[in-house]
Amino acid sequence: MSASPVYLDAATAAPPHPVARQALLAALDDGWADPARLYGQARRARQLLDAAREAAAATLGVRADELSFTPSGTAAAHSAVLGGLAGRRRVGATLVHSAIEHSAVLHAAQRHVAGGGSAVSVPVDRLGRLDLDAFADAVRAPGVALAALIGASHEVGTVQPVAPAAAACAAAGVPLYVDAAQLVGRVPVPAGWSVLTASAHKWGGPPGVGLLVVRKGTRWESPWPADERESGRTPGVVNLPAVVAAAASLRAAAADAAAEAARLAPLVDRIRARVAAEVPDVEVVGDPVDRLPHMVTFSCLYVDGEALLHALDRHGFAVSSGSSCTSSTLRPSHVLEAMGVLSHGNVRVSLHRETTVADVERFLAELPGIVAALRAEAGVVGL
Amino acid sequence: MSGPVGEAAPVEVLDCRGQRCPLPVIKLARRLPELPVGAVLRVLADDPAAAVDIPAWCRMRGQEFVAAHDEGPGYDVRRAG
Repeated sequence: MSASPVYLDAATAAPPHPVARQALLAALDDGWADPARLYGQARRARQLLDAAREAAAATLGVRADELSFTPSGTAAAHSAVLGGLAGRRRVGATLVHSAIEHSAVLHAAQRHVAGGGSAVSVPVDRLGRLDLDAFADAVRAPGVALAALIGASHEVGTVQPVAPAAAACAAAGVPLYVDAAQLVGRVPVPAGWSVLTASAHKWGGPPGVGLLVVRKGTRWESPWPADERESGRTPGVVNLPAVVAAAASLRAAAADAAAEAARLAPLVDRIRARVAAEVPDVEVVGDPVDRLPHMVTFSCLYVDGEALLHALDRHGFAVSSGSSCTSSTLRPSHVLEAMGVLSHGNVRVSLHRETTVADVERFLAELPGIVAALRAEAGVVGL
Repeated sequence: MSGPVGEAAPVEVLDCRGQRCPLPVIKLARRLPELPVGAVLRVLADDPAAAVDIPAWCRMRGQEFVAAHDEGPGYDVRRAG
């Protein structure tokens, strides 16, 4: 407990990139005016916004007018789903999505269903990988307005077959929305999507900035009350200093992404191997090979997830969990449920640019004792 | 849902309703080894996590998950070894 805290929850929010901090402070002084107005301060703000958009679009390999900034990744996901459905309501009212989408996507789907639409959830296998044949069958059905596939599971890290799913969607004439929150700034985004979203605080940008990208030619219609800002895709004045910081840190993160992936993937391999070997009765979940480079998830039999998070926190480790006792709804993670893997005693560890070998080693050294102590306390040793 | 025809009736029912996971799984892990091989134990558990965790425990422990029942909800597990 005297050792410095180790933050291992980058998949929730990565620590701010130094570039983000510098850009944010500079833009606070220079980018406070409303970019839509016709005076000098506004023109300066407009220049900053345009430059941020150009930079983010260039990093993603899209046109600047295809990219809008939103007030969060969640708002972007809601816009992607509801706008994609609204734009194709003449075709039908069915949303096809994987069973392991982020809750923001599922909540938008619930809203759609409550409004009279329908949603088809496509299962995943034990490793958390989409059933591609079932997905292709589902998008071929009549009346499908939009398909949604997360680029890689935000809970277990399994990379999804986006390119073949996009091909199946293209063959059926259905636009594909990809939630790329865990990809952007870390790994290349596969081609073939029509709508894409991301979230700045996942790559080291500030919280409160999302990206919504709608490719040219996609039938997408804003589900929000009319507002001319951000190409009419998201209402309200953007938080310009945060947007500038998001764009600057995205460029920096993307420039380092390949090197960071190469550095972090072996650390994740080490965690996967050592946790499986040194913690009894543990299930390391997610695809061991086709996975994100920075994330690993495991479940400890007979251990209460909330107790485990608190114990890890007392030892200075910040991680997250998909266990039901750690969720506000007291339901287990829908991702672990869809995979059919153990949901209690669940821990997700996600690494970032500040994570060191020493951090990982300290976590691996202390975890077996922490789990053993909780099991001894619960009287479940030897079960 | 009900099990297939000829499914063995449970020899015992463990009532874990009102208990949160991992308690139902712990109770199952304590009791099943005390039953004869081939015997079926029914666990009643209303924590939604039990629907995931009881089959997962069976897979990890090499025990046989027989069926889930809406009433209870109940989960039948056969001692395989």
